[in-house]
Amino acid sequence: MKNWKEKIIRLLLVASASISILIVLSIFLFLGKEALPFAFDPGLSALWGTRWIPVSFKEELFGLLPLLTGSILVTVLATAIMIPFGVLGAVYIAEIARGPERDILKPFIEILTAIPSVVIGFFGLVVLSPIIKNIFHLNTGLTALSGAVLLALMAIPTVISISEDAIRSVPKSYKEASLALGAKRLQTIFSVIVPAALPGIIAAIMLGIGRVIGETMVVLMVTGNAAKITFNPMSSVRTMTATIAAEMGEVAFGSHHYRALFWVGIILLLITFGLNVIAQKVLKRYRTVE
Amino acid sequence: MVINNPKVETEALNFYYGATQALFDVSIRIPEKKVTALIGPSGCGKSTFLRMFNRLNDIITGTHHKGRVLVDGEEIYNNHVNLVELRKKVGMVFQKSNPFPKSVFENVAYGPKIHGIKESSKLMEIVERSLKAAALWDEVKDRLSSNALGLSGGQQQRLCIARALAVEPEILLMDEPASALDPKSTSRIEDLIGELRKNYTIVIVTHNMQQAARVSDYTAFFYEGNMIEFDTTEKMFTNPGNQQTEDYITGRFG
Repeated sequence: MKNWKEKIIRLLLVASASISILIVLSIFLFLGKEALPFAFDPGLSALWGTRWIPVSFKEELFGLLPLLTGSILVTVLATAIMIPFGVLGAVYIAEIARGPERDILKPFIEILTAIPSVVIGFFGLVVLSPIIKNIFHLNTGLTALSGAVLLALMAIPTVISISEDAIRSVPKSYKEASLALGAKRLQTIFSVIVPAALPGIIAAIMLGIGRVIGETMVVLMVTGNAAKITFNPMSSVRTMTATIAAEMGEVAFGSHHYRALFWVGIILLLITFGLNVIAQKVLKRYRTVE
Repeated sequence: MVINNPKVETEALNFYYGATQALFDVSIRIPEKKVTALIGPSGCGKSTFLRMFNRLNDIITGTHHKGRVLVDGEEIYNNHVNLVELRKKVGMVFQKSNPFPKSVFENVAYGPKIHGIKESSKLMEIVERSLKAAALWDEVKDRLSSNALGLSGGQQQRLCIARALAVEPEILLMDEPASALDPKSTSRIEDLIGELRKNYTIVIVTHNMQQAARVSDYTAFFYEGNMIEFDTTEKMFTNPGNQQTEDYITGRFG
């Protein structure tokens, strides 16, 4: 009787633990199944085009390049904003802030992660976009830059908290050795502590980038959704995520357009998956050095 | 015992971690270019005392002291004392070897670099001289660019000594520098101390009584935050003036 109960419990535990594997596998299968027919008709080369015009009476075009460059532009800009603020913020909290300061700063940073992205998007539409429009004298404030600023805002808490952990786990003996040699506090922070924490900081940045690439709602709301190839931060762009979110609801089931959207999803998945793998590898190397 | 012109000197030094007092009225005169050993059981305050001389206790919050600490006759706990210059003059080697996760070269060059030396030829010269002084040059000269964490424990500790020597200190504080090493590495460190005493004033904290007897000229015995006795090592180990010192040295406690 007792043995029987234990077996059931064990089975439940195994099922709970393996359900994530099952879900990941089924997502891959499902994506692949929906996307595969596109490879035969009209063929994968159709994806390698410079124009995304999925609904047309003349010719439907499924070139992913504008979406890819849109995502890349927004991500690169967001990363450029996120790295200095995230890393320096972490340095400040881990090494410079005193107890009470830290007690105020940390909860606020954590609140930032708890704000729903649609609320951040709303803030972007109402507050940030008009500001960017006025500063740069643009026709519209719905630009790659607007999206990037908001995405950076969303990723910074992640970068800060993981970088802070990395900085804090640098052995105190490094700091003592550096100070004992006559180094000043900031010299010690930037020539010994930050380099020693670098693998963890890099992993934090990778995770931040992963978050930025995958984010949908904010970019859908504030980047203007113009599918064109550009590297101008003041231009409207359309990202891969926004494309899927905007078009999936209206697409004809089983059409070329429908299948092309699945390819967008697959490419997105591969990118974020790759970033995560790299981040995990870097973190792992970091832990074995410890 | 009278010591004239001490290199390092304390007068009625008291030290507190918050409300806990760790040092009680310690007065000592440490002679120049000699090896002075601080001995005593764990928690007796000898490491705390050592860290007073380069003001490394400053980085621990909630600590304070009373009394005076003088290096070359100058009070070092003073607002106008330049901490960078003080720590350049008073080098330190720690209990657990702590090379930076950088190359061998970068470890030794770190000190000179932060003190403003940029020329690579000058840095190379300093690195070579310091590694030679720390008796490590022959072992690492072919791998100056490899990571210091790949060296053996004993080599790492000698690298830390080289790193401390690179800024040309006059005083070298050593906080149980061999306690984590095997006997062979320990004896290399002790030989090295024998060499370094010619040019440096060395203050060494040690748990190991035989080590104190082997390497030092003077010995101070600490117990529960008090300095019980301070004399030449020979006198301390053959004919101590205090019963507690004798009991500790002969292994009756501690």
